Amino acid sequence: MTDIAPSGSRPQRSPLDRLSHWFQTNWRKIVIAVPFFWLLLFFLAPFFIVAKISLAELRISSPPFTEMIEWTGDGVMTIRLVFDNFIFIMEDSLYVNTYLNSLKISVTSTLICLLFGYPIAYGIVRSGPVAKPVLLFLVILPFWTSFLLRVYAWMGLLSDQGTINNLLIYIGLIDEPIRMLYTEFAVYIGIVYTYLPFMILPLYANMERLDMSLNEAAADLGSKPMNTFFRVTLPLTIPGIVAGSLLVFIPATGEYVIPDLLGGGNVQMIGRVLFNEFSLNTDWPVACAVAVVLLFLLVLPIILFQYFQGKAAEAP
Amino acid sequence: MQGTRSRFLTVMITLGMAFFYIPMILLVIYSFNYSRIVPVWGGWSTRWYEVLFFESPEVWAAVRLSLQIAFVNATCAVIIGTLAALAMVRFGRFRGRTLFGGMLVAPLVMPEVITGISLLVLFITLQQLVGWPAERGFTTITIAHITFSLAYVAITVQARLTGMGQDLEEAASDLGAKPFKVLTAITIPRLTPALVSGWLLAFTLSLDDLVIASFVTGPGANTLPILIFSRIRLGLRPDINALATIIILVVAVCVAIAALIMYRQHKRDLRDEQLAERGGG
Repeated sequence: MTDIAPSGSRPQRSPLDRLSHWFQTNWRKIVIAVPFFWLLLFFLAPFFIVAKISLAELRISSPPFTEMIEWTGDGVMTIRLVFDNFIFIMEDSLYVNTYLNSLKISVTSTLICLLFGYPIAYGIVRSGPVAKPVLLFLVILPFWTSFLLRVYAWMGLLSDQGTINNLLIYIGLIDEPIRMLYTEFAVYIGIVYTYLPFMILPLYANMERLDMSLNEAAADLGSKPMNTFFRVTLPLTIPGIVAGSLLVFIPATGEYVIPDLLGGGNVQMIGRVLFNEFSLNTDWPVACAVAVVLLFLLVLPIILFQYFQGKAAEAP
Repeated sequence: MQGTRSRFLTVMITLGMAFFYIPMILLVIYSFNYSRIVPVWGGWSTRWYEVLFFESPEVWAAVRLSLQIAFVNATCAVIIGTLAALAMVRFGRFRGRTLFGGMLVAPLVMPEVITGISLLVLFITLQQLVGWPAERGFTTITIAHITFSLAYVAITVQARLTGMGQDLEEAASDLGAKPFKVLTAITIPRLTPALVSGWLLAFTLSLDDLVIASFVTGPGANTLPILIFSRIRLGLRPDINALATIIILVVAVCVAIAALIMYRQHKRDLRDEQLAERGGG
C-alpha cells in the first residue's frame, strides 16, 4: 500500500492479497490437511513399509530385502509374498519364549502397579484441600525429569555394592551382597517405578468424579466399609482401572531401556531383542516380522485404549 | 471430602512418595561423592562437576543438539497438534475423521521400538525413492519427535477446547465476525494456557526420548539421552550423577516458576469470578 503508486485503479490484487483471500476461504481444509497428511506420511505409511519388508526375503544388497512387486522381462508383474519370516519366528523357541516372557513381565508389573496405585490414588482423592494438589503434583513431577536417569538411579540402589546391599549388610541382616541388579527383580522394580504414575493418574481422574454420597448411603444402610468398597467403589472405578492398566501394559510389553539397563543380558524382553536385531543384525525381513508380531499382540489393547480415550474425550 | 483418608491410605501414600523420591535424592547425594565407585562413599567433593564442566565438551555438544531438537519439535508440534485438536473438536464430522482420530491417539501408546523401527524404514525408503533425507540426524530426529509429540499436544488442546465451550465464539459470530476471525481473535487467545503446557510437554518429551532417536539418528548426531545411555550401559559413573543433579535442578527451577505462574493465574481467575458475581468489574 504505497502512496506513490501510479494513477489509475489496479484491477488485480497483489499476490499477497490473493494468497490471504485463498487462505481465508480454505483455512478449514488446511487445518485438517496439515496434521492429517503429517500423520499419514510419518505414522501410518511406515507401518505398511514394515509389513511389506516382513513379507520379503533377505538379499545381500541395498536395501537388504527383495522387492514385493517385480516386473519380469515380458512386462508381467509378479507379487511375491514370503511368510517364511513369520514361520521362522514361530518355530524358533527363542523368539516365542521372549514374547511370552515380555507378556509375563508386563502383566505382572501392571498388576503390581494396580495393587499399589489404587490405594495411592484413592488416598489422594480423600486428602484435604491443601494436601491434594501437593500430592498430585508430586506424582506428576517425575514425568518432567529424565526417564533414563530415573532408571539409572535404581542401578545405584540395586548394584552389588549399592545402597540397598550396603544398608542390609550394615544392619547385619545379610553377610554377602544379594545379586539384584541384572535380574528379573530389578526389571520389575524399574517398570513399576517408571509406570506407576501412569496408573495413578487415570485412577485419580476417575475416582475424583465419583459421588461419595453413595458410600455414605451404603454406610447409613449398615454396609461395612469393606463391603461398600467391593460393591460400590470398586465397580465404579473400573474405567480408571482399565485406562491405567492399558497405559502400563502396552508400553511395558515393548520396553527396551529397562530390561537393557536393569536386566543386563539376563532378562529377555522383545523390545530389547528387536532393538539389537536392528542395530546388530542386518536381517531386516526377520526383524520387521518380529515387530509385526509385537504389534499384532498389542493391537487389541491399543484399540481398547482408543475406544476409552474417545469416550472420555466426548464426555462433557 | 475434607481429608477423610484412613491410616492404611496414609501409609500407602507415604510409601509411594518414598518410592518415587528416595532414589532421586540418593542420586543427587552420590554426585557429591569423591570416590570413583559411585555407591562407595569417599567424602564430599565437587570433582565430578569439575570433570563435567571442564573436561566433557561432548556432553555440552549433546546438550545443545538436544535443546535445538526439543525447541523445533515443540514449536512444530504445538502448531500441528493444535490444528488437529481444532479439526477434531470444532469441525463436526468430516471424511476420514475416524482414521484421523485413531492416528492421533495411537502414538500415545505405541511402543517406542515399533515407532522407531517404522520411522527408520520410512526414512530409508524415502532416501532411495526421492533422495531425501540425504543423511539421518537433526532433521530425522525432529520429524520423529514431532510425530509423537503432536499427539500429546492435541490431547491437551482438545481437553481445553472441550472444557471452555463455544459461548464466546458464538457471540462473536452473532456480532458478525467471520469464522477465521473468530479463530484468531477468540479461540487461539483463549487456548494460550493449553498451548503453553502443550509446548512444555512436547519439549520435555523430546529431551527425554532415547529409543526413537537411537533408531532414526545417523553417525555423529548424539542427543543427550543417547550419550548418557551409551555411558551408563557399562555401569555407574559419578559424572553422570553430577549431570543428573544438574538436570533435576533445572527441572525443579522451571517447574517452580511454572507453578508460581499458574498459582497467580488461578488467584486472578478466582478474583475475577468473585467480582463478576458481585456484579462489578
